[in-house]
Amino acid sequence: MTQDTIEALTFDLQGETFALEAGYVREVLDLLPETPVPGAPAFVGAVINFRGRVIPLVDLRMAFDMAVTETTIDNRIVVIEHPLDGEPTLIGLRADKVHEVTSITADTTEEAPRVGMRWRADFIRRLVRRNGDVIVLPDLDQIFAARGQSAPVTALHTAQR
Amino acid sequence: MSGLDPIETFRQEAQELLEQVEQGLLDLARRPGDRALIDTIFRGLHTLKGSGAMFGFDALAAFTHHCETAFDRVRKGEVPASPSLVSAVLAAQDHMRALAEGTPVDAGAGEALLADLQAAIDGGDAAPAAAAPTAPGLNTFKIRFSLPADALINGARPLPLLDELRDLGEARVRVITDDVPPLDQLVPAECRLAWEVLLTTKHDRDAIDDVFIFVIDEMTLEVEDLTAAAIVEEPEVVEAVVVQEDVPVAANTPAETGRAAKSGDTVRVPAERLDEMMDRVGELVIAQSRLKQLAASSTDVALRAVAEEIERLASEMRDTMMVVRMVPIAQLFGRFRRLIHDLERDTGKQIELSTEGETTELDKTVIERLADPLIHLIRNSADHGLEGAEQRAAAGKPAVGKIMLAARQSGAEVVITITDDGRGVDRARVRAKAEENGLIQPGQVLSDNELLQLIFAPGFSTAAAITNLSGRGVGMDVVKKTIEGLRGSIEITSTPGEGSVVSLRIPLTLAIIDGLLVRVGTGRYVIPLATVEECVELTPAQDLRSTGRNLITLRDELVPFLRLREQFKTGTQPDLHQKIVVVATGQDRVGLVVDQILGDHQTVIKPLSSFHADVGAFSGATIMGDGGVALILDIPALVSLGQRHDAQLRAAG
Repeated sequence: MTQDTIEALTFDLQGETFALEAGYVREVLDLLPETPVPGAPAFVGAVINFRGRVIPLVDLRMAFDMAVTETTIDNRIVVIEHPLDGEPTLIGLRADKVHEVTSITADTTEEAPRVGMRWRADFIRRLVRRNGDVIVLPDLDQIFAARGQSAPVTALHTAQR
Repeated sequence: MSGLDPIETFRQEAQELLEQVEQGLLDLARRPGDRALIDTIFRGLHTLKGSGAMFGFDALAAFTHHCETAFDRVRKGEVPASPSLVSAVLAAQDHMRALAEGTPVDAGAGEALLADLQAAIDGGDAAPAAAAPTAPGLNTFKIRFSLPADALINGARPLPLLDELRDLGEARVRVITDDVPPLDQLVPAECRLAWEVLLTTKHDRDAIDDVFIFVIDEMTLEVEDLTAAAIVEEPEVVEAVVVQEDVPVAANTPAETGRAAKSGDTVRVPAERLDEMMDRVGELVIAQSRLKQLAASSTDVALRAVAEEIERLASEMRDTMMVVRMVPIAQLFGRFRRLIHDLERDTGKQIELSTEGETTELDKTVIERLADPLIHLIRNSADHGLEGAEQRAAAGKPAVGKIMLAARQSGAEVVITITDDGRGVDRARVRAKAEENGLIQPGQVLSDNELLQLIFAPGFSTAAAITNLSGRGVGMDVVKKTIEGLRGSIEITSTPGEGSVVSLRIPLTLAIIDGLLVRVGTGRYVIPLATVEECVELTPAQDLRSTGRNLITLRDELVPFLRLREQFKTGTQPDLHQKIVVVATGQDRVGLVVDQILGDHQTVIKPLSSFHADVGAFSGATIMGDGGVALILDIPALVSLGQRHDAQLRAAG
């Protein structure tokens, strides 16, 4: 976060607020019919038809050990373009609720603490303080590379505590 | 065509010319003294020089000039087309290719090549060729020629032609204005003049043809040899016609391009435009299946009629598009002759390459992606398969090793085989190597086929010493991966002492396939129709009986089957009338139990992201008429899974 400000789209997952750089975001969609992929991990358990292309639907909740709840009318799919194994790929991300695009200034962000986190530390790029709340800037490279596998490191953290 | 970058056009042209020259040279190595070949090569070099200079590739033109000069001497019978000369020009040709592509080249390299070339020519001087040079003395020709009306527009100019004729000797030129229209109908840009030239020269007939080399396909040219008392007049004219048909090298000169555009014979189109068009056709097919569904639920007869019409058109459009993208595999096979030439030099083995079925057609993208794997396989055959001359003699085989490349179409697949008559795969060494690399347990029982397939396992290489040719770490596993990326399969069979056969099965096209749409639980899946052998019912009685061992008897043959419902963990109850779709790849068959067969479906293949690459059971996805997504089953993966299940059950039970 060397630049002073970034424009970011904020969205909710299980009560936590996340932010993605707006430049990556291609489109925000209402829920679409999903096609489950048998044998795929729950993190990318389905594909959807996005304008004639078949794109994976990623559930970030799996990477952050969140419970899966019923869908609501606020649920959205955020379509981003992100490199995946070296190729730019369109990827859908589930979101419980999408908020506005907001400016995040560098001086409001900080490193994720090494300890005391419920989540894999390398999955988080920065934390943003805002109005007494915290917004998470996830590190999608790390999350995608690990295919959202949160389990082994979580166990380690529990042992440390 | 005019929208293309001229430099790029030249590069493409140069590429083709060089390929033709290369083919000519390789043929010449086998049939030295073949006049037609020598002429072909000469014309190719000449055209390359000419267009090179025209498009500002001066270095290329200058370099090519020397090769052309060398070949001119061959053509005149002053120097024989010795193997050393052919090799020198082949080497020089790589340099030309680099120059044409604009790759930086070492300045000294060109001079070294030219020195080689000179040495080859001088060496040849000692043994003058059999072909007798033309008798000296003066010849008189009556030349009558005219250019096509649009010649000026296409850049051909009559004046330099006349000047060149004048350079040959004493010329008397007369213009023929018979075809010139009255002034009010005259189009100034059109060339309606013809010329008659009486030429007295010490050169022969070929020199005259050379003057017209760029325009010969277009123009009318009559040459009368007045020296020889008009006896050979008729055959000469006929010969000129034959030569221009036989020698496609003359194609792609600027005049030729003009003709193609005019008569619509061939059009050169960049491959990406074809790809774009393919995408559009893909979308059209998707939209069409939506229309079909709408029409099916409607009672409007007119709508249904239109929907059917569109369906027919879309399907024809698809087929046409496929055909447009098809190119004969000869394009690919042609490249390997050079490879064999180099391999002979590097291995010191004598190798004869024969090809079969070059007219078999494949999708252009498939052909391009096949090049590297095939090069690797041929190298392997030459390096590991074929024995040295002594070993071959000891085994009672002819000294020249044979490698055969064959292609044939079989249903929706093309089967390519690489056959060698070498020593065959050494099973003991394969086993030892696999055990050493931990691919198998020591003493593990393997069928012969399984043992041979180990060659394609990652990290496997039997070459005891790493040679320049193969065994450089890029193993057969990469070949296998590439082939599988094309939705193809690879198999090897081998008889010790007699040779090996590697067979590749490649689908004709990558973009659209005919599929069988099935339902498993609530999900819809597509099975490529080409792999489907038959569909049978799984009766409840059979279903109960076969819970332990998943086998059905089909015409006295036991076929293992997989319940896709269990495989995909749908958690649904089986339908009352389950079906078994029997699919096959190569020799292996397996039954897939589905809940319902929904019908056939024109499937536009969409790739899955790398998130789903390791799931294994799916090779892609497609979009259905209602906008939903159906996954395409990866039949080879499922078949091997089924076969493995079966083997485990057998072992257990």
